[in-house]
Amino acid sequence: MKVVAIAGSIVGSKTKTAIQYAVETITNKYPDIDTTLLDLADYDIQFSDGRNYLDYKGDTKKVTETIMKADALLIGTPIFQASIPGTLKNIFDLLPTSALEGKVASMIVTAGSQRHYLIPEQQLKPILGYMKAQVVQSYVYIEDVDFYRKEITNDDVIFRIERLVEDTITLTKTYQQIQAEKEAEYDF
Amino acid sequence: MEKYRIDPRKGLEFGLYTLGDHLPNPETGERIPASQRLDEIIELAKIAEDAGIDFFSVGESHQDYFTTQAHAVVLAAIAQATEKIKIASSSTIISTLDPVRVYEDFATIDLISKGRTEIVAGRASRVGNFDLLGYDLHDYEELYEEKFDLLLKINENEYVDWEGQFRAPLKNAHVLPRPLNGSLPIWRAVGGHPSSAVKAGYAGVPIFVAMLGGPATLFKRTIDSYRDALERVGHDPNEFPVSTAGFFYLAETTQQAQRETYPFINAGMQKTNGRGFAKQIFAQGANPHDVMNIGSPQEVIEKILYQHETFGHQRYIAQMDFGGIPFDKLRKNIEIIGKEVLPAIRKYTVK
Repeated sequence: MKVVAIAGSIVGSKTKTAIQYAVETITNKYPDIDTTLLDLADYDIQFSDGRNYLDYKGDTKKVTETIMKADALLIGTPIFQASIPGTLKNIFDLLPTSALEGKVASMIVTAGSQRHYLIPEQQLKPILGYMKAQVVQSYVYIEDVDFYRKEITNDDVIFRIERLVEDTITLTKTYQQIQAEKEAEYDF
Repeated sequence: MEKYRIDPRKGLEFGLYTLGDHLPNPETGERIPASQRLDEIIELAKIAEDAGIDFFSVGESHQDYFTTQAHAVVLAAIAQATEKIKIASSSTIISTLDPVRVYEDFATIDLISKGRTEIVAGRASRVGNFDLLGYDLHDYEELYEEKFDLLLKINENEYVDWEGQFRAPLKNAHVLPRPLNGSLPIWRAVGGHPSSAVKAGYAGVPIFVAMLGGPATLFKRTIDSYRDALERVGHDPNEFPVSTAGFFYLAETTQQAQRETYPFINAGMQKTNGRGFAKQIFAQGANPHDVMNIGSPQEVIEKILYQHETFGHQRYIAQMDFGGIPFDKLRKNIEIIGKEVLPAIRKYTVK
């Protein structure tokens, strides 16, 4: 199983801190799982111009290819101006229609206040649904006050991330199993 | 229709097309040399002609896993090797070529083939040709529209006056040679989306619609939009032929046909497009109303006739060599097409 975690913004540290913790949880708990962290701040990614993802070069090609090979995506995102950041939306725009078909996706969201709690529900989930991901329904929503200098300070957040990781891996395993059974039924 | 060398009284034309893909056989992992693939494409055209198939076309793709980048050269070889089958590109990526040069090449092939040559002009779904041939991808739409217009203009006029954005102007330019019968049938390649078909309608050119899978009624919308657009600008839709193109393969049973094609199509799509072909969608392809013509001869004949009833098209073009399917299977398919499929299609569609 390949899990790709994405830190969806190129500024700040909170989303990255949270997603990094999720990645460490996977690595500790499921050493057999191949996990990659894509911190968008580490890459120079161009805006989508509509071409097939294989036709991009450099970091853009590397990042999109890594995502396309994943069985599960753990998407970390801050909330900017009452939505996901443009850097993350651009990743979705770079990928083909239905690119997330057969993949499980889950969300870890960081935000300055509770005001934005429904943004992932109303803005990120529809994108994942449109791209045909199997979405882990509950997400982890973390406020700024739960971080102190790149550390998570609230045990409840730690517990919630651990549960999300478990749910993501369980759903991915289950989905792969269901899919394998279904494919075996086809006679080709 | 005569302008496009289509005689509706003869019924639905049946053709073959190859994208010129050069993919490893997914079952053995082995890939035949490019020279062998080219030989086999030319041989395929020859045996298609012997079986009574009407049309054969070759695509242009500037990507890894393809081998007919110089598709006009391949078509010239086919022109020499055959006598009566119609030949064409599918497609010529006109956006990143010089329409004058394309016309010179295809008019020459038309003369060599004694009036059997056509052009299908498209825009490419993968875009390696832009960097390779020195064009800016940001001009994707405009390059295509401008160059396609110029190609049509050269087809209508032996002496051309023309000015545009992407090529030096032509002043009373004499474009030679001329095709055997004065002009070439030039088709616009259209993906599933109606907007491109509508442009073809406004321009008054025939369309070549590629369809991978899905219900025929979905593609009928594209064809209907095309005919509406033709009428809107004063053309008679009865004078403009429509071609449809898609996956095709015959075996004793549909299950057998699916077994013999799925691994090739899935692996081939993964390599050339970056995404495999979902089994669920492929399985639905067996539905009598799906455009995917993969099945037993009887089922495929019924599907083609159903599609003909739905679209009222003049030509169906089958793609059966995608993904490295071994040549002996293609040969076997052509045999069944000649013996069973063509007689049935003609029986029901000849007027």
